[in-house]
Amino acid sequence: MTALPPSTGVKLGLVIDLDTCVGCQACATSCKEWNTGGYSAPLSDQDPYGADPHGAWLNRVHSYDVGEGPTSRTVHFPRSCLHCETPACVTVCPTGASYKRAADGIVLVDPDLCIGCKLCSWACPYGAREYDYAHGVMKKCTLCIDRIYNETIEPADRIPACVRACPTGARHFGDLGDPESSVSRLVAERGGYDLLPEMGYRPVNKYLPPRPRRDAAAGAGAADAASPGASAASDGSLAERLFAWVDQQLSR
Amino acid sequence: MHPAYSVIIFTTASGAGYGLLAWLGAGAVLGLIPLSWPVGVVGIGLALLLVTAGLATSTLHLGRPERAWRAFSQWRTSWLSREGVLAVATYVPAGLFGLLWVFTNERGFIFGLVAVAAAGLALATVWTTGMIYACLTTVRRWHHPATAPIYVLLALGSGGLLFHVLIAMASVPTAMTVVPAAGLLALGLLAKRHWWWAGDTAGRTHTAESATGLGRFGAVRPLDPPHTEPNFVMREMGYRVGRRHAARLRGIAQVLGFVVPAAALLLLPVVSTWLAIALALLAALACAVGLLVERWLFFAEAQHVVTIYYGAERA
Amino acid sequence: MVKRSLRVYARTPLSRKCWRSNKFAAKGRGIYIVRRGQRVRRKAVLAPGVLVSPERLDYGASEPAICAQSPVAKGHPLPQIQEPTVALSASPADEIKTTTCYMCACRCGIRVFLKDGKVRYIEGNRDHPVNKGVICGKGSAGIMQHYSPARLTAPLLRVGPRGSGDFKEISWDEALTLATQWMGDVRAKDPKRLALFTGRDQSQSLTGWWAMQFGTPNFAAHGGFCSVNMAAAGMYTFGGSFWEFGDTDWDHTRYFIMFGVAEDHASNPIKIALGKLKKRGVKFVSVNPVRTGYNAIADEWIGIKPGTDGAFVGALIHELLAARQIDVDYLVRYTNVSWLVVDNPGGADNGLFARNDKGRPLAWCRTAKAFLDAERADVDPALSGVFTLPDGRRARPVFALIAERYLDEAWSPERAAGITGIPAATIRRIAAEIAHAAFREEVVLDVPWIDWAGRAHDTMIGRPVAMHAMRGISAHANGFQTCRLIHLLQILIGAIDTPGSFRYKPPYPKMIPPRLKPHGKPGQIKAGEPLGGPHLGFPHGPEDLLLDPDGRPMRIDKAFSWDAPLAAHGLMHMVITNAALADPYPIDVLFLYMANMGWNSTMNTKGVIEHLTAKDPATGAYKIPKIIYSDAYNSEMVAFADLILPDTTYLERFDCISMLDRPISDADRVADAIRHPVVEPDRDVRGFQEVLIDLAGRLGLPGFTNEDGSPRYPGGYPDYIANHERLPGVGPLVGWRGADGKDAHVGDPNPNQVDTYLENGGFFVHELAANQRYYKFANRHYLDFATSAGYVTSGLRLTFQLYSEPLQRFRLAAQGHGTALPPESHRERIASHFDPLPFWHAPFEATGTTGEYPLSAITQRPMHMYHSWGSQNAWLRQITARNRLYMNRAKGRELGVGDDDWVWIVGELGRVRCQVRLMEGCNADTVWTWNAIGKRGGAWGLAAEAPEARQGFLLNHLIGELLPAREGGYRFSNSDPVTGQAAWYDLKVRIERCLPHEAHATSPLFEPVVPSPLPPSPAVSMFGAEFAN
Ligand SMILES: Nc1nc2c(c(=O)[nH]1)N[C@H]1C(S)=C(S)[C@@H](COP(=O)(O)OP(=O)(O)OC[C@H]3O[C@@H](n4cnc5c(=O)[nH]c(N)nc54)[C@H](O)[C@@H]3O)O[C@H]1N2
Ligand SMILES: Nc1nc2c(c(=O)[nH]1)N[C@H]1C(S)=C(S)[C@@H](COP(=O)(O)OP(=O)(O)OC[C@H]3O[C@@H](n4cnc5c(=O)[nH]c(N)nc54)[C@H](O)[C@@H]3O)O[C@H]1N2
Ligand code: SF4
Ligand code: SF4
Ligand code: SF4
Ligand code: SF4
Ligand code: SF4
Ligand SMILES: [Mo]
Repeated sequence: MTALPPSTGVKLGLVIDLDTCVGCQACATSCKEWNTGGYSAPLSDQDPYGADPHGAWLNRVHSYDVGEGPTSRTVHFPRSCLHCETPACVTVCPTGASYKRAADGIVLVDPDLCIGCKLCSWACPYGAREYDYAHGVMKKCTLCIDRIYNETIEPADRIPACVRACPTGARHFGDLGDPESSVSRLVAERGGYDLLPEMGYRPVNKYLPPRPRRDAAAGAGAADAASPGASAASDGSLAERLFAWVDQQLSR
Repeated sequence: MHPAYSVIIFTTASGAGYGLLAWLGAGAVLGLIPLSWPVGVVGIGLALLLVTAGLATSTLHLGRPERAWRAFSQWRTSWLSREGVLAVATYVPAGLFGLLWVFTNERGFIFGLVAVAAAGLALATVWTTGMIYACLTTVRRWHHPATAPIYVLLALGSGGLLFHVLIAMASVPTAMTVVPAAGLLALGLLAKRHWWWAGDTAGRTHTAESATGLGRFGAVRPLDPPHTEPNFVMREMGYRVGRRHAARLRGIAQVLGFVVPAAALLLLPVVSTWLAIALALLAALACAVGLLVERWLFFAEAQHVVTIYYGAERA
Repeated sequence: MVKRSLRVYARTPLSRKCWRSNKFAAKGRGIYIVRRGQRVRRKAVLAPGVLVSPERLDYGASEPAICAQSPVAKGHPLPQIQEPTVALSASPADEIKTTTCYMCACRCGIRVFLKDGKVRYIEGNRDHPVNKGVICGKGSAGIMQHYSPARLTAPLLRVGPRGSGDFKEISWDEALTLATQWMGDVRAKDPKRLALFTGRDQSQSLTGWWAMQFGTPNFAAHGGFCSVNMAAAGMYTFGGSFWEFGDTDWDHTRYFIMFGVAEDHASNPIKIALGKLKKRGVKFVSVNPVRTGYNAIADEWIGIKPGTDGAFVGALIHELLAARQIDVDYLVRYTNVSWLVVDNPGGADNGLFARNDKGRPLAWCRTAKAFLDAERADVDPALSGVFTLPDGRRARPVFALIAERYLDEAWSPERAAGITGIPAATIRRIAAEIAHAAFREEVVLDVPWIDWAGRAHDTMIGRPVAMHAMRGISAHANGFQTCRLIHLLQILIGAIDTPGSFRYKPPYPKMIPPRLKPHGKPGQIKAGEPLGGPHLGFPHGPEDLLLDPDGRPMRIDKAFSWDAPLAAHGLMHMVITNAALADPYPIDVLFLYMANMGWNSTMNTKGVIEHLTAKDPATGAYKIPKIIYSDAYNSEMVAFADLILPDTTYLERFDCISMLDRPISDADRVADAIRHPVVEPDRDVRGFQEVLIDLAGRLGLPGFTNEDGSPRYPGGYPDYIANHERLPGVGPLVGWRGADGKDAHVGDPNPNQVDTYLENGGFFVHELAANQRYYKFANRHYLDFATSAGYVTSGLRLTFQLYSEPLQRFRLAAQGHGTALPPESHRERIASHFDPLPFWHAPFEATGTTGEYPLSAITQRPMHMYHSWGSQNAWLRQITARNRLYMNRAKGRELGVGDDDWVWIVGELGRVRCQVRLMEGCNADTVWTWNAIGKRGGAWGLAAEAPEARQGFLLNHLIGELLPAREGGYRFSNSDPVTGQAAWYDLKVRIERCLPHEAHATSPLFEPVVPSPLPPSPAVSMFGAEFAN
């Protein structure tokens, strides 16, 4: 089953808006929280209160310092599995634990089949697979498969935990295989792009670039509003002119 | 990449084991080695011992060793699975080969067939091991046409040395075997040097800019990592070895792994029996150490693409 | 869980619509199941809106088809692939309970998923007015807070020396008896020798009331070190404030400027709002020395030099006045621009308003040609000129004074550029953009409304320029006046509580300034009796200060004394130091709640720790004889207490987010909420409010006991919440009041009130009518409602005080006028800082030391950490287990330091060792770090070698609580001279590279303290394994 399915029509995935993400980590912790008790339970933590704390997380938020000087930016950058269309993380798996669902393109690890050889994590260019040291198996973003189809939770909540949590609305979930879906349109409008396209893994998840700034460096031109209105008297001190203008205003 | 000792030992030990098996197969067919039963016991025994020990240690780095058998299922797509399948498959002809050799006088067609089959499967197994790494486009050094062949060459090289320990004990090494064995080592060295050179000079085209898609705004440097302490990805794939250190180790690997053994081999025909045995053992030992270093470097020097998300400028 | 199953495909592709806009409306037809090659037909009835995945189909029965493009339909051959079956509909909870989050002070609504009696998951409550369903990084990690190994487990009594952490567990009865004994003695002799200070307290209306009944004047919460500058500046200017008391009109604003905010209390609302602004393409300008978080996504980042915002804002005002881009109608109608100010240099009345015999302020009416009550609706006031009052005194309208001051060259963009480092051209452009948005893009809502004077307006006109500011402004010693400048700017363009601008959250606006005065004058403190009134208030002049007969402070923190006359929230940061130095007097019992005063909420941490453990050489007794502390976790402060009253976690107790306190209202709705136990404590702990009420009963505090001495709230806190009345009909909760629960806001207590809250998701919301939502300060309909609800004493108009007469009264006193006079040592300071018109001055620390300490050192809150308490959270600490000192990359190069280098941060108070991280988005004269990441080894259930303790560092060691001795040797606190707000961000430092052998750990390094007895922390956490199905 590590053979990739014939191209899946439905390509469920995330679209992440780097123009809006403030790096609050809500997607990371809500992901950890949902999944540590869900499909991937547990997401264990090593030395959680000690000198070398580290654990299995399915979503991580980087922050980058981009460019130099006045045109530089700080960009927050959430990263989870991109549910690639042709991912080697699936084909290298010796056990079939790692697979891509034909129905919706979700790339999953079956924790009951995984032998923890870690080869799939080597095959992932995006660092999206995390080995669970205590559980001995590989963990990864499940696209919250146990939420999005879950009939025991309200339809409105049948979206990934990270999307449900994101306070700024920087995360979007939908079918990127459907050019008409809201996410596909968003990607089209905002010039959404792939990470490491040259790797040829054809990620389904897309990233929306930060919008152009509106500052001096971006040549924000001064609106004319601040130039004294021609109407007002143009003699005397600033104060006198102001008072004259104010009297005009009041006498309207 | 993090150099996991289990994998290092596994690949070198089983490599030598399969190499030896290949030599025994060829040697038996071509009559390059006495077919007395003690030679069979020691030879095939040693080969299978190394192979088995190697496979055993390889399960050590599994999170769920008890499920290792599942790894045989995905031979259609996975080189690791194929390795597993072939490794096990090899036992069949190898076992028969040993049995016929030791317990029967059959030295005819059947014998030849299992010998060749054992040798073939042994080398095929080593090839798949190499392909596990060679197929990973995420590790540029590994993703190279020479990676799998080198695995095979080094297996034959190290196996050849063990083969000559046997010959030295059972009869007299001759140029017939010594030269090709040394030749394989030399070839292995050349291939390895080329492989190193290729890895060192390959254009590292993946950048933090393409990884984040933020290149349009300028150079991309990490400000805060997702977590301040190293996570699995960095523990497993963030390993870095100093250039100088690596260079020194490469030297050691070449001398001990290739030069010393090859030289020793070439001396075998001209020295006394006891000295020959000693030299052969020494050569095998040196090679083992050398290849362990080579294998350690194979991982330690390999840079994974993911590191560019964590601060590496390019990969 | 996994079952080998046959792959199933929908035969006909479902319309692609089914995934459109994330809706799973399946529209399939037949389904084929592939069994060993041949196809078996299966009927399926499709219910729209549901999506069922293939795996579920082989459970038989008629199931809807999956929402998938079928390879069959595409004519592909069916691959013989087997996929594991996934349990798609595993139920995540046996029960979901709604309550209020308290991973921070934002107080969002949460839904707590309970499974097998354990907390499985916490998500935002979509119906809740605060977070509308979203949740933040902290809130989603609540589970790890709730199950923290650092939770205290039982009352503790100190057995070893203070700070040693040697405790013994005692019973609650012992603990409460002891506490009653200690505090009872104090109350009987001299109540003010008990000081109750409560840090992150969200029940100040209870704790304050308790202290009032006790009779001590020494009560306050964290406001004094938090953001009283914002509160006071706002309350004295327009009766509202930034902080938690107001909010931007996110749906209408067209231009948003954020000054000095990293996260703020409205954590989620601001994030939701920034998302909205982005969608609407509204320009977002960030004024902040550092560009991270919110500021990283701003359309324009202005990397201002710390402490200089006043100069920047003043220059904007200068430009707008010069360009005549102000809203004159708004000014005349709603502010005191027309009020006449007596111009009588040297006179006792100089700078006060000219008033008529009824005490009403006067304006010159241009049509009546007479001096009229300035607040009459029909005045046609003069805004300029000099007028001679009937009694011959000269007076000038406030507007004239404003124009005169801010049009002066001293406020020109060029001057500001020199101070702030912002190019003059940028300042001009921002002014122009503000003017453009305010006057060229005005928002007009077709909502008729009636103003205070009964004048009907058929629309609501808005100046859609919004500003928000917090600690970047408030945590400087010039914060009060800087914040006043921001408000002046807002008001000049008509951008307070108008559509698209900054709006009040009910119960604000209040009177300007509020009528409530501080209590604690000599006559108001009597042994065994309650305090004359509430502790905290708003002095209108020197006569309202709390001073003893010789003019010395009545309060331990010197609030409302000449040191900090308008200390509306007290000075929590001074309590320990003052108490230990017996300045102004010693105390017997220090009672602290929810404040980590032994570490991150303290300035000069090392010094304060010494104060906490200081002994009187003569007697050998501790200078602070007794310390009682309520914490829920093993914080650094715990080790310094004599008696620990362990609290519950936020999921285990009742809380009341009350209109009497800091409610969760927003600009369109009145709202309050409760917290309630969603799980039972598994430890011998009690909610602090329960404990307070219990203690009150034992101490026989009036208000908590009946005439017969029996407790008035035998049912504990829930009983108090439902039945306490502060005033007749006014209680902690405004929802469902009255015996039948039909009243809101005001009404008799309702015994079932708490249950009704629970039935309604734990909160109450009253939507304001459309015509009440703006112009609240002058809106007849709103003011009538506010009066009936008791927010304002009468439906009087509220006139913005651009020129603040109370400030001038203090200044006159400093100039020697009146009866209450400041001591010589204070006069100059008061005379200069109590300027009735806002102005900018360099922060104290900055003055002088600039050469030696050229860099400003500040902190920011990490969005995923709440002060000190996030580090005990196994998840949150992984994100930030150590903090670095961030600095501008070019500056770093200049100083020869690079990423990860170890350096010394050197300041007047000493030096701290840490690691550096260079970045572009940082003002060149600024260094900063994340707040409260550095920990003391052993605290918080963390290992002594934890990165927080070894590599993480605390900047507080360098922030003095006292300023260097001034003339006369007197040491003022490091606070705003007007409000006493702690000046955390005035710190100036220099960076020195450290020696190779020093480059490994932070310094100072304190001895790890592990309070005993406490359970050890686990070595591995597999939380959630128990939920796996
Ligand atoms: N996640 C989280 N949220 C919290 C808290 C928390 O600990 N964690 N704490 C809560 C509390 S108690 C409070 S008081 C609020 C405080 O909320 P904030 O006001 O956001 O507090 P800070 O994090 O101190 O942010 C101060 C900001 O001002 C900037 N700054 C410093 N000096 C200046 C200056 O001179 N001018 C300008 N323009 N900017 C300056 C700093 O760079 C920083 O970005 O947050 C509350 N919310
Ligand atoms: N350098 C620097 N220092 C600062 C600031 C800064 O910006 N920079 N900010 C200042 C500001 S604005 C503030 S408000 C203060 C905040 O400082 P503090 O008010 O001290 O806030 P915390 O550090 O969160 O400490 C709160 C204490 O309450 C305890 N606690 C948590 N939950 C509960 C509970 O449910 N019950 C009880 N009883 N206790 C509980 C925690 O364990 C902790 O000991 O820090 C100030 N200190
Ligand atoms: S929750 Fe949203 S805003 Fe926060 S880090 Fe994740 S994507 Fe960014
Ligand atoms: S992101 Fe990595 S793990 Fe996810 S599908 Fe692509 S390659 Fe596989
Ligand atoms: S770790 Fe598990 S999922 Fe990954 S390749 Fe190995 S067996 Fe497959
Ligand atoms: S989709 Fe689910 S699993 Fe994937 S990152 Fe978001 S929350 Fe985590
Ligand atoms: S913002 Fe504060 S209250 Fe709201 S969810 Fe986050 S932690 Fe909880
Ligand atoms: Mo605060």
